[in-house]
Amino acid sequence: MSVTVQATNRPRLARLVRLDWDPVRESHVVLAPEGVLVLNQTGATILRLCDGDRTVVEIVEELRARYDRVASDEVGEFLGRLADKRWVELDDG
Amino acid sequence: MDRPFGMLAELTYACPLHCPYCSNPLNLADYSNELATEEWQRVLAEARELGVLQLHLSGGEPLQRRDLVELVASARNLGFYTNLITSALGLSRRRAEELRTAGLDHVQISIQADEQSLSDRIAGTPSYERKVAAARMVKELDWPLTMNVVIHRHNIDRMGRILDLAEDLGADRIELANTQYYGWAKRNRAALLPSRTQLDRAEDVVRAARRRLDGKMEIIYVIPDYYSKFPKPCMGGWGKNQLTVTPNGNVLPCPAAHTLELPRATVREHSLAWVWEESPLFQRFRGTEWMPEPCRSCDRREVDFGGCRCQAFQLTSDAARTDPVCHLSPDHEIVAEVVRAANQETDKGEAELVPRVIPGRGTSTNHSPTGSLGSERSVP
Repeated sequence: MSVTVQATNRPRLARLVRLDWDPVRESHVVLAPEGVLVLNQTGATILRLCDGDRTVVEIVEELRARYDRVASDEVGEFLGRLADKRWVELDDG
Repeated sequence: MDRPFGMLAELTYACPLHCPYCSNPLNLADYSNELATEEWQRVLAEARELGVLQLHLSGGEPLQRRDLVELVASARNLGFYTNLITSALGLSRRRAEELRTAGLDHVQISIQADEQSLSDRIAGTPSYERKVAAARMVKELDWPLTMNVVIHRHNIDRMGRILDLAEDLGADRIELANTQYYGWAKRNRAALLPSRTQLDRAEDVVRAARRRLDGKMEIIYVIPDYYSKFPKPCMGGWGKNQLTVTPNGNVLPCPAAHTLELPRATVREHSLAWVWEESPLFQRFRGTEWMPEPCRSCDRREVDFGGCRCQAFQLTSDAARTDPVCHLSPDHEIVAEVVRAANQETDKGEAELVPRVIPGRGTSTNHSPTGSLGSERSVP
């Protein structure tokens, strides 16, 4: 089962999971019942923008304002992988 | 060296249930000198420093610890994701609300079947109604809920109805895990191991339910490793991601590793960091150097890590051998024989199920289970 992320989706973190800072690994992490995901800087920024209000397009725009190179399909793939795990919910706009 | 992500804190082995597949040690009396609250708090702080992020509070029945709320609060202050693994017996509304306030992130409630008589019979005590009520309460408190169901010969044909129950209770996840044959479960193996026909039907049920409940409830299904071609990647590698602390402070690479003849490591004598990094116990099967053939030259040596050390020891008396579950193991015939037996008789079992005998704490306020392990009794 693979989830396709639409540009109009308004992603948000699922209720089961928590985005947190791990001082030991000096990384942001997603904490879930069945696992932990250690995030890089971009991943952490994306997830902090997933507030259920911004659309995927808006998230990509915000990222482009902060970083030089951001491919929109990379954001979609990242969120799709997390949606597969049900760590991210994709509310339709 | 890898840092651990998860820690299983077995707070007590006291338990109101008598499941015939109990995975706790057989010699429970050895564990009655339980860690005190301050000792656990020290262990939690050390675990967080070591990199542990997920804390699984289990037992036995963790609700039998009167300091559970206090321990959850400490864990949340340290930044852990906290997960309670419980039978739900003892989860009153007041206790649940206290745990919610303390920051408990997630609750896993075990259930033995989808209906009272079978569930109670397997649990060895009237518990079904209380479990269902507790599961509803957990959802009322807006908590993420996972239902845990140990699957075996006596309930595998009811998996469809078990899934319906979990859906009705509003579970976010359900773990349908076939019994692992350690400890008490090994004694009942012949009565618990399903047939291939049962497993095939169960897979169909899971496939259909996953389609139907996609996006609504996550379904984790684990087949018995006896039927797998390759062994399970036990704990994701020895001393690699996970550790377990037993009620008396022993530290183990996996909850079954107390069965192995290896030097003990305990938080009462050493720091958790020393145990993880330096102790002979955690070094023994770390990495791939220890591996015999056929593991040593196998492409999957970093995938399944030679399988389960405890199962290798249990079935061959040598913890350093390839897990006999693997079809490439020179000892695979041991497992094949058990599987053949499970597929010969169609009507074996119920009378052979031996319920777990556990020294209960009852309603006592004492943290140390006082009784010793009683004699076995059989279900009439």
